[in-house]
Amino acid sequence: MNARAPQVGEPVIRIRGLRNQFGAQVVHDNLDLDVHRGEIIGVVGGSGSGKSVLLRSIIGLGRPAAGSVQLFGEEVTRLRDAERARLERRCGVLFQNGALFSSLTVAENIGVPLVEHHGLDKALVARLAALKVGLVGLPPEAGAKYPSQLSGGMVKRAALARSLALDPDILFLDEPTAGLDPIGAAAFDQLILTLRDSLGLTVFLITHDLDTLYTICDRVAVLAHKRILVADALDVVEQADDPWVRDYFQGPRGRAAHAAVARSRPALHDPAGT
Amino acid sequence: MAEAGTASIAQDGARIVARGDWTLDHIDTLADLARTLKRRAGAGARVEAAGVARLDTAGASMLLDLVDGEEARVEALPAGARGLLAAVARAQAGPAAAPARPDRGFVAAVAQIGASLETFWHNTTALVGFIGLILASIARIALRPARWRVTSTFFHIEQTGFNALPIVALLCFLVGAVVAFLGATVLKEFGASVFTVELVGYSFLREFGVLLTAIMVAGRSGSAFTAQIGSMKAREEVDAIRTLGLQPVDVLVIPRVIALLVAMPILTLVGMLAGIVGGGAVCALALDISPTMFITRLHETTTVTHFWVGMSKAPIFAFLIAAIGCLEGFKVSGSAESVGTHTTSSVVQAIFVVILVDALAAIFFMEINL
Repeated sequence: MNARAPQVGEPVIRIRGLRNQFGAQVVHDNLDLDVHRGEIIGVVGGSGSGKSVLLRSIIGLGRPAAGSVQLFGEEVTRLRDAERARLERRCGVLFQNGALFSSLTVAENIGVPLVEHHGLDKALVARLAALKVGLVGLPPEAGAKYPSQLSGGMVKRAALARSLALDPDILFLDEPTAGLDPIGAAAFDQLILTLRDSLGLTVFLITHDLDTLYTICDRVAVLAHKRILVADALDVVEQADDPWVRDYFQGPRGRAAHAAVARSRPALHDPAGT
Repeated sequence: MAEAGTASIAQDGARIVARGDWTLDHIDTLADLARTLKRRAGAGARVEAAGVARLDTAGASMLLDLVDGEEARVEALPAGARGLLAAVARAQAGPAAAPARPDRGFVAAVAQIGASLETFWHNTTALVGFIGLILASIARIALRPARWRVTSTFFHIEQTGFNALPIVALLCFLVGAVVAFLGATVLKEFGASVFTVELVGYSFLREFGVLLTAIMVAGRSGSAFTAQIGSMKAREEVDAIRTLGLQPVDVLVIPRVIALLVAMPILTLVGMLAGIVGGGAVCALALDISPTMFITRLHETTTVTHFWVGMSKAPIFAFLIAAIGCLEGFKVSGSAESVGTHTTSSVVQAIFVVILVDALAAIFFMEINL
């Protein structure tokens, strides 16, 4: 059977008892989280609550002080370099500011992992890069441009195309809609949804954008008090008995986002997906 | 790893049967396969994809090649993969942008020369303009002590002057020793070894002391100025300075120029002394000219004019190095690569200008008999 069909259930990321600290400052303590195959999970939390640190722990950029992080059933913290590299190729990461290589064009940026890991010839790399450019909704001529020639929204899309270069199973997004105008942000949300449905991705999304949470996330995990307070569907999370969660979702912005979604829910939750 | 995808033409000739993994891992095999099959199957062939185990975007792209991008002609695809194939078909539907091919002919070579000349001309006028701007700013600030940036200036004196003392001294000491050694070897043939003292004295006081220091400062401090200002420019900090009602030239450039104007003569003095000490050491160890004799002879034969000729060039070089370093910093645009390019350019330009001015100065001093 096709392995890329979204089968919600089986956890692809499994975190148990994670502890991260910098010197005396403890960021995470006894943090548990499961991410299931095919879902879009949104992680929210106040500034400085360690959302990015959590992301870095999962993809192996930061070493946790204690605890276990399993990716596809393998313990990330105990892997040797070669095994970790193999695992990292199944993860695509979109950094907050895109992190495109400024000396390369967009197409060359996308080509980097293809050339490095698969040693493909030029024509094939160019073709696959053009495919990824189209997949993220950029015009074909964007491939020949340098990152400095792109607008903020296009940089995000180009960086997304690079993170999709190796056809990852999990996509990690660090504040994908930050700094985008509302139209651009909404379009990006829909793009993530479309890609998830067509490519069968699992999406781990850090965001401050309440509209993103309401429109595309299957589950929301709240990171507060150094651990995951609650990770569930939005309507459950909204009711959680915690002052921070209440302020977050019942504040004026939270209510506005909720109301907006309630108005347009039928259109956004198209069961066919594409 | 699972088996690579395969495909073959079915008996009836109108269908291609695809099986296995159509993924990036097997892309080379799949690309060859797609090419050969497409030639043999002819137009309008349909693909039966029921046996495809795994499919990703790269594989889907190859699968679409078999059917000229017409997604509907791929049949019996497992349910989850249909959306993927449709998305890839949509993404490929746009016209492929032809990569621009660089022209390498004779005309291009001439154009390149023209562009380089134009760049050189622009750099020169920009530098002259910038020097004017610095001088005007200094004149404007000079009368208003409240706007002197004393802390910043002293910080840069420490960075560019004090911290550079050991390396400048060591470099000049070593070159002094080498000059003495070479001079002694040649002069011995004429029985005139003792003139080595004059050779070292003349060369270090007039030329080497200040020139070696200037090259060292250009490489060490000029490049640092470019990188500092360049990364500030790249992160819009320079624009922030302007919006806060301050002049970037006053805040960033003047303290660096003043600092280098102070540091460079000090470094030059140390360089001259270190070079002479290096020469003296070689004389004492290899030529039987004792340090006492070396100093006496130096005193008798070398006038103070040589010292002033060398020292007079130090502030000029300092000003040029600082101006070029800062100007290149302001030319940086956005990217990290741009910071690197302009830092390189700053060092090359500074050393070029220093040597050019030194050559002109040598002719000038010769003409006025100093």
